[in-house]
Amino acid sequence: MDLQTLTFVVVGATFVLYIGIAIWARASTTGEFYVAGKGVHPVANGMATAADWMSAASFISMAGLIAFMGYDGSVYLMGWTGGYVLLALLLAPYLRKFGKFTVPEFVGDRYYSQTARIVAVLCLIVASITYVIGQMKGVGVAFSRFLEVDFSVGVFVGMGIVFIYAVLGGMKGITYTQIAQYCVLIFAYTIPAIFISLTLTGNPVPQIGLGSHMVDGSGMTLLDKLDQVVTDLGFSAYTAQKGSSLNMFLLTLSLMIGTAGLPHVIIRFFTVPKVADARYSAGWALVFIAILYTTAPAVGAMARLNFVDTIQNGPVGEESSNIEIANLPEWMNRWRSTGLLEWEDKNHDGRIEYYDDKNKEFAAKAAGFEVPWEGNEMTKVDRDIMVLANPEIAKLPDWVIALVAAGGLAAALSTAAGLLLAIASAISHDLLKGVFTKGISEKTELMAGRLSMTGVILVAGYLGLHPPGFAAQVVALAFGLAASSIFPVLMMGIFDKRANRAGAIWGMLSGLFFTLVYIFWFKGWLFIPGTEMAANTPDNWVLGISPEAIGAVGALVNFVVAFIVSRATAAPPEHIQHLVEDIRIPKGSGEAVAAH
Amino acid sequence: MTPENRAAYWSANLRLLIVLLTIWFLVSYGFGIFLVDTLNTIPLGGYKLGFWFAQQGSMYCFVVLIFIYAIRMGQLDRKFDVHED
Repeated sequence: MDLQTLTFVVVGATFVLYIGIAIWARASTTGEFYVAGKGVHPVANGMATAADWMSAASFISMAGLIAFMGYDGSVYLMGWTGGYVLLALLLAPYLRKFGKFTVPEFVGDRYYSQTARIVAVLCLIVASITYVIGQMKGVGVAFSRFLEVDFSVGVFVGMGIVFIYAVLGGMKGITYTQIAQYCVLIFAYTIPAIFISLTLTGNPVPQIGLGSHMVDGSGMTLLDKLDQVVTDLGFSAYTAQKGSSLNMFLLTLSLMIGTAGLPHVIIRFFTVPKVADARYSAGWALVFIAILYTTAPAVGAMARLNFVDTIQNGPVGEESSNIEIANLPEWMNRWRSTGLLEWEDKNHDGRIEYYDDKNKEFAAKAAGFEVPWEGNEMTKVDRDIMVLANPEIAKLPDWVIALVAAGGLAAALSTAAGLLLAIASAISHDLLKGVFTKGISEKTELMAGRLSMTGVILVAGYLGLHPPGFAAQVVALAFGLAASSIFPVLMMGIFDKRANRAGAIWGMLSGLFFTLVYIFWFKGWLFIPGTEMAANTPDNWVLGISPEAIGAVGALVNFVVAFIVSRATAAPPEHIQHLVEDIRIPKGSGEAVAAH
Repeated sequence: MTPENRAAYWSANLRLLIVLLTIWFLVSYGFGIFLVDTLNTIPLGGYKLGFWFAQQGSMYCFVVLIFIYAIRMGQLDRKFDVHED
């Protein structure tokens, strides 16, 4: 069976499985639709949370980002895992005790204000839509690889699949589908990593392989070898820090706070039976996440090493060391057709030279080689392909390649479904049922949720076709928004009894406003190209803080504004203070108190 | 539950949070970012220690921290009799 057919079979089989589960576990009540009837086992919820959480960015883009960022890529590893500590310790158990369906619902009840609830819905929608762009891009990348079609066709196909999928399953269906998707994606991710780690270091555990010696006879550790081959080509050392510590700190913090504030992750903890389950479930979620996240840096480093070795297979400067274009491996030609990989024989020597031509010192040296190098000839290497093409780069069997396609799609689809549910429930439960059309029946509310999903998919698809950057970067922006608007107001709602309506509203608005303006300033208003106020370069950033890292500062703005405004205005009413005391202890019914 | 008990339970919770979040901060921002150069002088197998904390160690610590929290809170819940049946 050829690769194309095999990929069709593997991906097709996973789709049949997901749709089968979605049909088997259809939601028939709003309780099942929003929170799976609160009957999910904590370990099962942990696994579903891991799939919900690990997106196209985690699966497809992250290892590729690390491959090219080296040590600086650690921000994604720490940032996207450390948030679970905040979530487990500061939010999840208390919000589970509160016991309602959505995040804006908590904000509305805790701050006794429909306005606060609507502002929370607004923040939720902005953050989730931004996040869903990354998923659409990821679906497009995976599909264009899998069907060997144009990227935009991939996005359209992805929209169609997500549509069927999200409408069939409520939270109940999504939960069990996500468990299946976790299994697919974790196998797809770790199997190539194990093969590659074995090939390069003789150790089958990638986490250990990354810290092992090479088996190529050089006697060097993998990381030392990698440092050497990239510095030989003028790039900076893999394990060396390139960005500023302040920016790394703020970016990591933004990702962590953002993780804890993302509504589609928080609502997963509403599905477990008890408060204690919510605590353990967060731990299990991070176990399942860490399996992929501790593998990713090994995948990144090893992919980079293999990639460089493919092009530069001998001493730098000797003509015969560079691969002849006529002899390029098949995967390079295949990837070129997707537009994610491009090369150009600038010095017409019939070979490819890959090096850092922006490094002036090295470029000058390379221009003096026997056959002068006249610029980096790998003109485009999209970070995303490092995972998707990795099995091919490492010459792994075809079924592994097919599995990676299925895994990438599982990651993108499971996250997309979770996000769509968060958005749809905010619109149908918070806006329609909660504010504008209070009298609607449960059946109408379900229908409204499904209709709002449709609208969101169309918007996300459009934005997926016109994304502001590669998948992980787009997602990083969603974190900034969740960090600056949602997390502070939730945390203060639990830990600060004095926090009141005015504080919450002004806090959220100022955090969101500050963060959005900073991001749009460098990325263009609403990401429209050409409308940026200053070029998005480190020289222009305030104190060297990148737009992706501004969320932590936005969160601080939110906290400070909420704190000051709360103290300057009247204390929250008695029954709200009781509500706060009630959610702080696991025992007793949250519903009774919240009903005031 | 008496107000005194309620306050005692809450402050025990906060003390636990402060300890765990301090460790959380130290292993990631401390060892992984601000002290990375210093720790990189120490080898750990084929890793440099600072690099290991940034790309491996901090994540293992996060997992352990959450389980310690879940276990300790479970004990506190029973001690103050606020656990769910």
